[in-house]
Amino acid sequence: MSSKIRVLIAKPGLDGHDRGAKFVARALRDAGMEVIYTGLRQTPESIANTAIQEDVDAVGMSILSGAHNTLLPKVVQLLKEKGADNILVFGGGVIPESDIPYLKEHGVKAVFTPGTPSEEFVSFIKENVKKNES
Amino acid sequence: MTIKDRFGKWREEIYGKAVARFPERKKEFKTSYGETVEPVYIPSCEEETYLETRGFPGLYPYTRGVQPTMYRGRLWTMRQYAGFGTAEESNKRYKYLLENGQTGLSVAFDLPTQIGYDSDHPMSDGEVGKVGVAIDSLKDMEILFDGIPLGNVSTSMTINSTASVLLAMYIAVAEKQGFSADKLNGTIQNDILKEYIARGTYRFPPKPSMRLITDIFEFCANHVPKWNTISISGYHIREAGSNAVQEVAFTLADGIAYVDAAIKAGLDVDVFAPRLSFFFNAHNNLLEEVAKFRAARRLWSEIMKDRFNAENPKSQMLRFHTQTAGCTLTAQQPDNNIVRVAIQTLAATLGGTQSLHTNSRDEALALPTEESVRVALRTQQIIGHESGIADTVDPLAGSYYVESLTDSIYEKAKKYIAKIDELGGMVEAIEKGFVQQEVQDSAYHYQMAVENGDEVVVGVNKFQMKETPPSNLLKVDPAIQASQIKKINEVKKERDNDLVKRSLEDIRKAAQTGENLMPQIVEAVKAYATLGEITGTMQEVFGEHKESVVL
Repeated sequence: MSSKIRVLIAKPGLDGHDRGAKFVARALRDAGMEVIYTGLRQTPESIANTAIQEDVDAVGMSILSGAHNTLLPKVVQLLKEKGADNILVFGGGVIPESDIPYLKEHGVKAVFTPGTPSEEFVSFIKENVKKNES
Repeated sequence: MTIKDRFGKWREEIYGKAVARFPERKKEFKTSYGETVEPVYIPSCEEETYLETRGFPGLYPYTRGVQPTMYRGRLWTMRQYAGFGTAEESNKRYKYLLENGQTGLSVAFDLPTQIGYDSDHPMSDGEVGKVGVAIDSLKDMEILFDGIPLGNVSTSMTINSTASVLLAMYIAVAEKQGFSADKLNGTIQNDILKEYIARGTYRFPPKPSMRLITDIFEFCANHVPKWNTISISGYHIREAGSNAVQEVAFTLADGIAYVDAAIKAGLDVDVFAPRLSFFFNAHNNLLEEVAKFRAARRLWSEIMKDRFNAENPKSQMLRFHTQTAGCTLTAQQPDNNIVRVAIQTLAATLGGTQSLHTNSRDEALALPTEESVRVALRTQQIIGHESGIADTVDPLAGSYYVESLTDSIYEKAKKYIAKIDELGGMVEAIEKGFVQQEVQDSAYHYQMAVENGDEVVVGVNKFQMKETPPSNLLKVDPAIQASQIKKINEVKKERDNDLVKRSLEDIRKAAQTGENLMPQIVEAVKAYATLGEITGTMQEVFGEHKESVVL
């Protein structure tokens, strides 16, 4: 196994806005991580399954349609049911500030809204994945 | 000494010395598509090429505008894209906009409707009513337009893979209100190719999707002659991160693919081409954007005349709707967005748009509230009525800079189109991932430029301040999915289920044989077959598109 951090970037739901997801995927790759990008229209089940099959350290989900409160916690719950709750889950997209506490309560470790510099999510992943290993 | 010689001298002696003493703000100034912006421009358009490259308003090549009087005759149509939650709520918003002086409707559908899933489908979980109104059957469409006489308004519907079904529902509601199809005015987006490139609401693979589009062209030419059957959209390609040249090139290349497909289906170019319309983005770079619209008009008219031998002047005119650039809106200091939108409104109207949607200040945060939509509409009204830009046609023509940009965007877009021709046309270029890759590269480079501060975004990477999170955002009630499901169940109980079954069988047969699908779809929606049932039946014949992921 390589020692590189492995990250799954996923687009849950029906939302087709993938500019952000693809930017994050490329920025993480440039930061030395291995990145798998799912493409559009993934169900929570398929995201959880891919995360486990690909043995990733983190799952990042991008959503701009407003379905975040339904779909993000579902992925967290499925990972837990499958015994993979060590996988770090984070989200991004057009997500109102007022929904972030709810998402955090439901296991989404961080939410990055538009305008976040890439340094911020890169270092977040590096720090939090390390914590899991030690 | 000619102007050019004198200019050379000026550059060396006056400008050169000034720069040596006081360096400029940037080492190099660039357009969105990477061309160096000169410190100053001098006349370039010679008298002998003027008629060929510019012409006059209402005359080929339409660089200066498609109508002789433009906004002196009538201002552009102010058309705010709206829709959320249930049909009842959206109906209320439309009435509000019409009362406030809006002159056309523009319907936003939720994602399940755009992709063809009913609200009770598992894929619809969490998405019902979120980015637009949920439509499951004709019942919802009747409520959506309740009290709005469809014979007297023009309605634009942002609908692509399921455009055939929503258009059929619109025709059916109008008929119930007493308006025959030939009286209806409006537009369906119906541009599937850009869904594969940028927007993502595809359902079927490209080939059957193209066939549905030509079915619609043919049906409308015979029955809904005033309807704009497609709105070939660069908007979303730009939102996905392309530059101005790519926006023009890929949009017109999509247009070429549709015209090709329709001609191959046996349609006469001068019958369907007058109903083609376009949809562009209005970005922040004001003068570059004005040049973009002018270049696009010129290039399209040449394509229609030279490549497709279209003779009807209406076939050669590029008519377009514009929306201000959503991707330029910032969640930080949202009131600044009002200013951005005003600049973009100028870009669109100085560029000669036929209709315009202005974004609201809060759209980087959520769907817009009524108040912020009003400010966005007022922005158009102020520019239209108070600024004076509408008093003469193509007012920026003759600006050395704008004319130079018009030429360079025209040339560069033309080269891109030649490249796409080499790849075998737009469908092939998309299937090979060429277009997606080009757009993504531009998007990535732009974002990196923002990160390293080469591009300044006010409030995001410069002039930031501490802010309290905004309040008063519009929230869609999550209970909508349950209420939509209840409505579907009621419809399914009340309708004649045998009739629905037969009409779905007719759709299946038409899909298999290649006979025009539209008449069967109209019959099915009138029998209250749901959107999901109709789309599902077509999918059984056509298959489902799977994205080829390009990173």
